[in-house]
Amino acid sequence: MQFGIFSVSDITTDPTTGRAPTEGQRIQDLVRIALKTEEVGLDVFATGEHHNPPFFASSPTTFLGYIAAQTTTLQLSTATTLITTNDPVKIAEDYAMLQHLSGGRVDLMMGRGNTGPVYPWFGQDIRNGIALAVENYHLLRRLWREDVVDWEGKFRTPLQGFTSTPRPLDGVPPFVWHGSIRSPEIAEQAAYYGDGFFHNNIFWTMDHTARMVDLYRRRYEHYGHGRADQAIVGLGGQVFMAKNSQEAVKQFRPYFDVAPVYGHGPSLEEFTRATPLTVGSPQQVIERTLGFADAVGDYQRQMFLMDHAGLPVETVLEQIEILGSEVVPVLRKEFEARRPADVPSDPPTHTSLIEAGDDHANAAMGPRGRVEAGSN
Amino acid sequence: MARKLVVISAGLSVPSSTRILADRISGAVQREVTARGESLEVEVVELRGLAREIADHLVSGMPPSALRQALSAVSSADAVVAVTPVFTTSYSGLFKSFIDLLDPDVLTGKPVLIAATAGTPRHSLVLDHALRPLFTYLRAVVVPTGVFAATEDFGSNGGRDGEDGLDRRIARAASELGALLVSTSGSVPGFTAPAVDEVGKVDRISEDSLTPFEQLLGNQLR
Repeated sequence: MQFGIFSVSDITTDPTTGRAPTEGQRIQDLVRIALKTEEVGLDVFATGEHHNPPFFASSPTTFLGYIAAQTTTLQLSTATTLITTNDPVKIAEDYAMLQHLSGGRVDLMMGRGNTGPVYPWFGQDIRNGIALAVENYHLLRRLWREDVVDWEGKFRTPLQGFTSTPRPLDGVPPFVWHGSIRSPEIAEQAAYYGDGFFHNNIFWTMDHTARMVDLYRRRYEHYGHGRADQAIVGLGGQVFMAKNSQEAVKQFRPYFDVAPVYGHGPSLEEFTRATPLTVGSPQQVIERTLGFADAVGDYQRQMFLMDHAGLPVETVLEQIEILGSEVVPVLRKEFEARRPADVPSDPPTHTSLIEAGDDHANAAMGPRGRVEAGSN
Repeated sequence: MARKLVVISAGLSVPSSTRILADRISGAVQREVTARGESLEVEVVELRGLAREIADHLVSGMPPSALRQALSAVSSADAVVAVTPVFTTSYSGLFKSFIDLLDPDVLTGKPVLIAATAGTPRHSLVLDHALRPLFTYLRAVVVPTGVFAATEDFGSNGGRDGEDGLDRRIARAASELGALLVSTSGSVPGFTAPAVDEVGKVDRISEDSLTPFEQLLGNQLR
């Protein structure tokens, strides 16, 4: 199973000091966070993509390329890549390049973006969100799997005899996740291609998350990619830890109370009851996270949001340290102990996709290139 | 099968004239339905007790449990009575915030009786200028008679006087709602509101309501 850190890349004032880091400082801080992720033995780092303040992550492959050069095992991913407002041709080119430079350590998570004004800046309309995600992703998939593409669609200039370069490393396109919180169409899209489905459950109740994942799993089986329980699922998580829960709550509450997303609303106690947010001891985080598998079934990737609400970078690095040394080693063991042998432990990686060859759903354009149950 | 009536009451004091009006209306609807040989189950959603949860839902996007039940009750009702006090020429902010949290589709085709209370009869057009357009937008079937009660309607004779007394208006509105309730419940598929999940949202997360992906792909599939 893979464990990782994902960041929204927000620049937020630290409510305890009243100071916000500069953009330059925060970018360097995120570099330290990404490098720390590998250093403490976690598997994945994923950056968001935003094109409006207070976020800085408008150029994910530049950032991930810089991280790739300074790491050796870290899987580089996104959370999310805007499949709606980016040109799919540019996504194909940028991430294939990153795949070559990083030696295949790349996967992507497609998302639509939920900020209305961003769409028109890129010539699009949020009301076409689903249609853009469907058309653009299908084109992206073809660009990575067909050497010469003739294409015509609704949202982009037609392509005649176009070859996207560089071609994917070893002829194997990066594995793709589709992230969605509420849209069944996106769960359906992920299932259709046999791609991964990521539910960023951090602001949602577990019963809602479980219903979305269940829909994806049943459709994954319907499209012939394997059994429902073998589908590739990822979840988000949000934790703050100290030696004991009283200390954790005391340190985190000033950040929680005014946090950009949920501040000025439910109390910390109500919010931790309703959502996966866990503020407590490492043992509490372990128990809570293991419970996710009871809700959604055995899954393959667990991401944690750690640098948010204006927490100072030193605190974030400490938190990642605790995660890597005390929490994740136990989670790895316990998650594997409960997992049936024929349910994949990891999501597809570059190496596993090379081994699987054309048998894998990732090599095909849809359910017609199906895999038999168990060969995943 | 018993029909289900949900009464939304947005009064703030306890007891409130809004709740008193709501109870008189639901009692009248009860009599109308019984007179038509059916039974009616009444559930009152008092928004005052949900005020904090409504604010929490607005900022966090998640309904806390009591609010979740209330939203779900409205979604699964056969008919709704909506009563709000008039604040600064319109429905109260609390009332509107609750309506804002309903899934936009759950009132489609649902019979709704609108009512309001105010300190002065000069606000009486609030029913037709504020409440009726709100529920029409949500595609509810709003009964023609709305019930407006000013303080003086609760006077010593209880508004029982004359042709246009409060009791007469309540009876007319209740009769209109009763007729719709008995004629539409357990009725022809397609005329009923869509299925809702436990959060009171129209249930889109199911294989039954899913658009197959080939259809979404359209002409991209060649």
